[in-house]
Amino acid sequence: MIKGKAHKFGDDISTDLIVPGRLAHLRSNLPELAKHVLEDADPTFAGRVKPGDFVVAGKNFGMGSSREHAPLVIKMAGVSAVLARSVARIFFRNAINQGLPILICDTSRISNGDELEVDMARGMVNDITSGVELSFGKIPPVMMAILGSGGLIPYIQKYKGFQLPD
Amino acid sequence: MGKTLAEKILSQKSGQDARAGDIVIARVDLVFLQDTTGPLTARQFQATGFQKPANPKACRIFIDHAAPSPSRELADDHIFLRHFARETGCGLSDVGEGVCHQLVAELWANPGDVIVGADSHTVTAGGVGAFATGMGSSDVAIAMALGQTWFRVPETFKIAGEGDMARGVTAKDIILYLIGQLGADGATYKSLEFVGSAFSKMNMEGRLTIANMAIEAGAKVGLFPSDRVTRDFLKAGGRGARYQPIQPDADATYERVVEVDISRLEPMVARPHTVDNVVPARELKGTRIEQVLLGTCTNGRLGDLALAASILKGKKCHPETRLVVAPASRAVFKAAIEAGYITDLLDAGAAIVTAGCGPCLGLHQGALGKGESCLSTSNRNFKGRMGNPEGFIYLASPATAAATALRGEITDPREVI
Ligand code: SF4
Repeated sequence: MIKGKAHKFGDDISTDLIVPGRLAHLRSNLPELAKHVLEDADPTFAGRVKPGDFVVAGKNFGMGSSREHAPLVIKMAGVSAVLARSVARIFFRNAINQGLPILICDTSRISNGDELEVDMARGMVNDITSGVELSFGKIPPVMMAILGSGGLIPYIQKYKGFQLPD
Repeated sequence: MGKTLAEKILSQKSGQDARAGDIVIARVDLVFLQDTTGPLTARQFQATGFQKPANPKACRIFIDHAAPSPSRELADDHIFLRHFARETGCGLSDVGEGVCHQLVAELWANPGDVIVGADSHTVTAGGVGAFATGMGSSDVAIAMALGQTWFRVPETFKIAGEGDMARGVTAKDIILYLIGQLGADGATYKSLEFVGSAFSKMNMEGRLTIANMAIEAGAKVGLFPSDRVTRDFLKAGGRGARYQPIQPDADATYERVVEVDISRLEPMVARPHTVDNVVPARELKGTRIEQVLLGTCTNGRLGDLALAASILKGKKCHPETRLVVAPASRAVFKAAIEAGYITDLLDAGAAIVTAGCGPCLGLHQGALGKGESCLSTSNRNFKGRMGNPEGFIYLASPATAAATALRGEITDPREVI
């Protein structure tokens, strides 16, 4: 069970808004880069987010560039999962590879600041503030296994390659 | 049951009967990274405990995004990547050689190949008939190490284009129009397959422009069948032996079929701040533009520079509009010098920068000032993309870019050609 507060964002949050290209000189200095997480979407977010909190977004979250720094800095900020109506393909894979869960659900029913509780095993989000319960879409088994190992690097270290379930 | 292009290529490379929705492990023919995603890729590779890639000859590192380096931090990243290339035996394309996707198309991509790159516009090589897709640093590090990776076989949208392009209309206008129709997430996870007489007649430069932007509708790949145009392109590049014809089966299953009458299209522009915010160029007449960018992996090829030069030859850019030109590769740059296009552009007032990404991602060579607008031939107009969240980016073809540089405001190129 993961508990935290919802930080709401709109549709089409690009990786440029999460970690802008102009900060590319900080990419080998991750702690510094992480201070700018989601800066161009909401400059106050980095100062407000607490460990365990959730990023809650609309459709097509993480669109654009393949920079894995985007999910990486979100995770470094302490965010426990991203909830969105839909996510861009590369971002989805990158987030799982970094061990950051992506939960696809009807986020329009969650309000900014709501207290949420996520049950990964049951696939449910409980909005404690509003009492609304939402189920989230299944993550493919190969990605669940990567997530379960804590990301792609520990997964490969453990299995030495990709294992496809039968 | 027949197969789409994506299913055919992934079947070949996985040794399985790959169908939409399946998860397969496929061999990769080329893995590459660039200087802004590369350092993390290299560190993930090392963190996993690998010393050498499965096949170093199939791995390539490009220093193109911040080239030459605008800062000491990025210069240090470049040093690290050059070191990593030497230690692992990966090939290196250094400062001035050009944008990764252009070089991959010019030198390495073949029909039927599987290519993964740590850059979202890796899809460009779909123009040559390669299943090419962008991934993040960890995935690319592991693909390098193992020589293979996993894919979910995508469903396919068949984009059927018939008719000839009208005067002033280019491949860029077709793809902008399509993204406007599909939406920025309209094809998420899908393969776009471009068939019909309009696409089979299209030259390779146009195909690369269209495949390049498949990602802007969320697609995983944008694929062109491999045909005579592909064969001639490979031959001209000295790798004619790598040609193999690949066509989708007539009874392949498509999730959606989109039919486009190409002859009815006109010059299009994507307005800030999303690529699907598309309108005809003529509707934006009067929009002031401070900077025009001609170049990038979308439209920095020889034909693009030729088209812009033909409009600007003997004329001058508007005094309050600066034109920045970034050729996509050294080969393009050199050919454009030899053909006189660079002189024409310089005489019109252009600033020519290093072959590479140039100002496209907001690192250097043309970051926007507060409230400034740029009309760019690139592929993204997201807020903050060109170095400033208070800047505005419009996307259009090289013809529209040249016409706009001339007038200082967004101009339908049909007014000046
Ligand atoms: S030219 Fe622009 S879009 Fe293309 S690879 Fe470079 S930064 Fe990316």
